[in-house]
Amino acid sequence: MSRPGFVLTVDERTPPLLVHQGEGFRLERLPLGSRVIYPPDSLKGVRNVDAEIQHALLNPLGIEPLPELLYPNMRLTIVFDDLSLPLPQMQTPDIRQRVIEHVLELAAAKGVDDVELIVANALHRRMTPAEIKRVVGERVFRSFFPEHLRNHDAEDRANLVEIGKTKHGEVVELNRRAMESDLIVYVNITTTPMSGGPKSVSVGLASYRSLRHHHNVHTLRHSRSFNDPPNSAMHHSYERMADLIGGHVKVFTIETSLNNDTFPTATSFLNKREWEWNVADQASYLAVKRGNELMPARARRKVWQKNVAPYAVTGVNAGLPSEVHPVTLDNVHRQQVTEVQGQADVAIFGLPYICPYNVNSIMNPILVMSLGLGYFFNLYKNRPIVRKGGAAIFYHPVEHEFHPVHHPSYIDFFDEVLTQSTDPVVLETKYEEQFATDPWYIQLYRKSYAYHGVHPFYMWYWGAHALEHLGEVIFVGGNRRTTARMGFKAASTLADALEIASHTVGRSPSITYQHAPPLVVADVR
Amino acid sequence: MILSLEYRHSSARYLASRTVTSTKAGSRLSAMVAGNMSPLRLINLAAPVVPGEGWTRVAPRLSGICGSDIGLLTGRSSPYFSSVSSMPFVPGHEVVGETLDDLPDLPAGSRVVLDPVLSCEPRDIESCRWCADGRESRCDHVTTGRLAPGVQTGSCSETGGAWSRQFVAHRSQLHVVPDSLDDERAVLVEPLACAVHAARRVDIDPGATVVVVGAGTVGLMTLLALREVAPTAPIHVIAKHRHQQERALALGATAVHEPSHAVRALRRSTTARMHKPEWGREFLLGGVDVVFECTGGASGLDSALRLARAGGTVVVSGMPSGSVDLAPLWLRELHLVGAYASDSGGGNGQRSDFAEAIELAGAAPIDGWVEPPYPLRRWREAMAHAVDAGKLGSVKIAFAPGKD
Repeated sequence: MSRPGFVLTVDERTPPLLVHQGEGFRLERLPLGSRVIYPPDSLKGVRNVDAEIQHALLNPLGIEPLPELLYPNMRLTIVFDDLSLPLPQMQTPDIRQRVIEHVLELAAAKGVDDVELIVANALHRRMTPAEIKRVVGERVFRSFFPEHLRNHDAEDRANLVEIGKTKHGEVVELNRRAMESDLIVYVNITTTPMSGGPKSVSVGLASYRSLRHHHNVHTLRHSRSFNDPPNSAMHHSYERMADLIGGHVKVFTIETSLNNDTFPTATSFLNKREWEWNVADQASYLAVKRGNELMPARARRKVWQKNVAPYAVTGVNAGLPSEVHPVTLDNVHRQQVTEVQGQADVAIFGLPYICPYNVNSIMNPILVMSLGLGYFFNLYKNRPIVRKGGAAIFYHPVEHEFHPVHHPSYIDFFDEVLTQSTDPVVLETKYEEQFATDPWYIQLYRKSYAYHGVHPFYMWYWGAHALEHLGEVIFVGGNRRTTARMGFKAASTLADALEIASHTVGRSPSITYQHAPPLVVADVR
Repeated sequence: MILSLEYRHSSARYLASRTVTSTKAGSRLSAMVAGNMSPLRLINLAAPVVPGEGWTRVAPRLSGICGSDIGLLTGRSSPYFSSVSSMPFVPGHEVVGETLDDLPDLPAGSRVVLDPVLSCEPRDIESCRWCADGRESRCDHVTTGRLAPGVQTGSCSETGGAWSRQFVAHRSQLHVVPDSLDDERAVLVEPLACAVHAARRVDIDPGATVVVVGAGTVGLMTLLALREVAPTAPIHVIAKHRHQQERALALGATAVHEPSHAVRALRRSTTARMHKPEWGREFLLGGVDVVFECTGGASGLDSALRLARAGGTVVVSGMPSGSVDLAPLWLRELHLVGAYASDSGGGNGQRSDFAEAIELAGAAPIDGWVEPPYPLRRWREAMAHAVDAGKLGSVKIAFAPGKD
């Protein structure tokens, strides 16, 4: 049995602790008395994944077994999460491939011919053929791509359908093929509590008209946190939409959860607690760190992006989304939740090289903001790990780098919009529509591999709750120009950062370091 | 004898200067080239002789250094101009000075500015079709008549030029400066007249998007003129230096953009599509209605061509240098329009460019645009300052030839 999560209090015997910092990491000595939140040890994976999948499909929750839902001449649409999950990508075969293959075998056995596979990429960039192939596997790819295996296109008006409005007046506009199917089978990977469940179809297959109802500043500010669905206005909106969808089309969801084996053998010390490093781990640390620093930037990025995680599958559950998701969440909580007593004056986060939107790409400054103030800050239940008005210290170089193909609207957002204001409400009111309807961004989203024009706004809103909550945001090692553009401060060292923060939190602040990745959700009591 | 800066013929110096400044690294040495490699020298010359009736001697009070002068001294100006000038000559055509001879309607001692174009009337020759039509800047007779070849004062060996203590000018070239206009403003009248001329070269529809590439003297003045000609048009200015951006905004630019961000910003404001070729810079499909190229550099013209929408217009206002990829001109069926010097309005009842410029110079917020003038003997420092004016926060560098 794996050990539960753990909160370390730093004392004289505590070794320097590992902190991620973009495409690199460092060992940092934290002030005495600082608390460090570690996730539970990696859970053991299921022994026979195929048997687990088969069992889930034949014994679903709240709905008939999948074979009973399949019949000849039906329209079956299989939808699956895009490459924003899991992070980093998992070793092949991807769990989605395994699940899809089982579903297709059952469909074939039942004589279902009209099968389409759709990537639930919403306003994310299209996945390239190679990326799709990696997820679904050679066999499925060869059989279905490109005619019957494609990315969702949220700007293809002819292939969108408005199925109605929620009781809150939220327009639900989704992929027409999926909505006009006899059955949607959704194949999901839930790696954080925010994913899966009502989010899958209502977000993954939606258009901007639909997404704007929950991807906005007001909703994000009232999602505390968006990793705690009962307390997340965003999830309440998803649920309203999912209810509407459920009344319109039958959805059979298959949710999978993974353990916390985030780093492969060569860097397995990154999965461990520092005082448990053996000699081999220490040697690996030195070798990897030195090699990493010596590598040219481009090569370094390539190496990190090629990193694939040896995740084990901790659960496969199928059935009605509303029945399945609580079970999945239990699995995720078992793996990620650590109980913490009370908030601190200062929170420390080491931001790694990857976030959901820079897979095979570049982590630009907006994505760094979103990763830090959005994803990492919101890795909590009940209350943030830092008190209101406290300081957050992030580790990341925040380089002024953008991927010109993947993030064209981000470049303009950074250069033209953030120079005018960093207030999410101002940005939303004044600029969102322009970016969302810009024909060039739409063209690049549809025909190239660009994130939708509105996407950088969503990233900024993702941090809206943190921006409102925090008194100070400091990036250790951050590029001064880019951090200043975003309204943050840069510091060379932790000591400098604490010095800067002292104006807000005093000279002897309480400090909590959320030690991730592997991901940990702080349950702050 | 009068103290003058004389430009003499020297193929070797011209080619050497051109070679050095043709590369990116070499262009950083422009100040050194203008001061040390160009065939310009400070000497005492015999005072130019008044060629005939209707001419007067003029003593410059302030003489500006134009972008075309810098182009000449750094070897960037086109060899094309060699046959429409006569050497040696005294450069300088932006000038406010005092007449030294009585003319029937202009007494000696009058404060004047010079329209430098040496068209049919000063040359005492029958008017060509352009001069007859009030389009003197297009004159076909700039190499014939009573004077040696030269498109304007400052490129003709017989008239002298404003970078000296004295030159000669025909009455038709002179415009009386109102007392309300001080010398610092008056010396800007000639470049302002050129800007008015450029702004008038195209019809700008209300609401058309206009871009001014460059915010040196030509760019800022073009913006000033455009605000008169097209008061409601959104005018974007591409400006390299912070002070230029601030000045452009103060003159009423809708938005200013740094060169590195300009294409993306203009793409967004015109909801165009941007493409990046395998080699070379980005260009727009869709884009801007009218672009004024005011840098005189190949890069500026290249940008202008890439920003204009299909069927749009590019006005070349700065004296062009270097070579440019004309593919956008062809593919997008652009109109490429030249705008040289100024004229008397084209005979259609329009006021002359100079009349407009004098009025504009009196009203425009251009205080402080002229730096404290240099004496002629400190011409190397003046050239270095003029070459790097943008970097140094300056707009116009001038000589005060009478103060040596």
